[in-house]
Amino acid sequence: MASPRHISVSEASRPVLPRHAKLKFDETRQVWVILAPERVLAPDEIAVEVLQLCDGLRSVADMVDQLAAKYAAERGAIATDVVAMLQDLADKGFLTEARERTS
Amino acid sequence: MSPTLTDANVAASDPADGLAALQRRGSTAETFGIPLAVLAELTHRCPLQCPYCSNPVELDRGGSELTTEEWKKVLSELAEIGVLQIHFSGGEPTARKDLVELVQHASDVGLYSNLITSAVLLSRERLAALANAGLSHVQISFQGNEPVVADRVAGFKGAHVRKIEVAKWTRELDLPLTVNAVMHRQNLFQLPDIIQMAVDLDADRLEVANVQYYGWALKNRAALMPTLEQIEQTSRLVEEAQARLKGTLAIDYVVPDYYALRPKKCMGGWGRQFFNISPAGKILPCHAAESITGLEFESVRSNHSIGWIWQNSEAFNRYRGTGWMPEPCKSCEFREVDFGGCRCQAFALTGDAGNTDPACTLSPVHEQIFKLAEQEAAADHNRFIYRNFAGGTPEAEDDHGA
Repeated sequence: MASPRHISVSEASRPVLPRHAKLKFDETRQVWVILAPERVLAPDEIAVEVLQLCDGLRSVADMVDQLAAKYAAERGAIATDVVAMLQDLADKGFLTEARERTS
Repeated sequence: MSPTLTDANVAASDPADGLAALQRRGSTAETFGIPLAVLAELTHRCPLQCPYCSNPVELDRGGSELTTEEWKKVLSELAEIGVLQIHFSGGEPTARKDLVELVQHASDVGLYSNLITSAVLLSRERLAALANAGLSHVQISFQGNEPVVADRVAGFKGAHVRKIEVAKWTRELDLPLTVNAVMHRQNLFQLPDIIQMAVDLDADRLEVANVQYYGWALKNRAALMPTLEQIEQTSRLVEEAQARLKGTLAIDYVVPDYYALRPKKCMGGWGRQFFNISPAGKILPCHAAESITGLEFESVRSNHSIGWIWQNSEAFNRYRGTGWMPEPCKSCEFREVDFGGCRCQAFALTGDAGNTDPACTLSPVHEQIFKLAEQEAAADHNRFIYRNFAGGTPEAEDDHGA
């Protein structure tokens, strides 16, 4: 069935790229890209790092904790930025959420 | 450290400049790298006969088409030189029996594939096979929101009902769907219903594309040209829908350049960020480029690589950059914004592809040409010339709408 629409990203979300949005390293141009329907997005380094953590298992809260520890940065600011970036991607239709899991 | 996503959009109609986002150096007009996306016109054969078809009036015959092995070699070469996406188009690409094999090959060499289709030849099984082969996106053309107008424009009875069915299968298979609606005087009144149709079909994206007038569409300009009032209303409707449907349906809007003040940045600049491959294997700066007589286009069947043809062939270099420009382009402050507009349109309307695109108000022939278009829009001549291999067939007298 079709992926859910209207995702509202929060710290509890467990986002994942849908099949039609592919994160790929472009060998020719030596940059990371997101391939999407008739579009190519150029995420910056930090966006790439966030997207590599989007495996449908990790929550946004876990990602923010990990990034805050790594960059010794203030957690609140990172959370705001990460949620905004993921929401932007979701609004474009290139981010989905893992279904409810029973565990 | 806020993470950002720069839009390196590959759609020629988009204002964001894909190439500039990834490669920045020197003059914008002189910048060209390997395109992010390439259009593969697998065949000019098509069951539909749309009077605005973007294919050239002189269509490639089935016998001249590249073979399966030739297309596979082309796809491998494209991936090798750094192309990221392939649009399988036509004519009707599903008329090729080897489409699943070609999509699979594109996946194998790492290309992201889009299918641009009229959908009428697809079965659910074939669509599922394409999805399994790695197809990532389906774009279906619609000619209206209901069969009477839509089937008349397509020149194919039953087309609309089949398109609706295929669009539903597309979403059932979890493939993203773009609805492509080509708009003109005969169907613009349906736009609100077409937008609703796209929502009901659970499409991700809607392209509201006003007809661009060369090739078949130029032959049919009198029957297709909208009035200025229609265009103003269309722009309002699209803006309202874009705001209302944000996050549900993305809407891309292509304005008809006849009613713009400045010409379109055609193809993002000649030979700058895009090429397409014709059914017979010619490498072209745009799908209409063969309409310009006097330019020789190299083929993938020649002794040159695709990379060499893109970088070095005379046809690509002819209108690259700004050096070829005459006045008023030469000293114009917009020369690196619109690159002088569309070469094919300049050729079709002035006889010289090196002239300023007459869509620009600064062109000396702008007034004369666009007055004529306005008169045509008001004249109520509604009979089509349908697209086919015979050079076109006029619509039967009793068929055309009021």
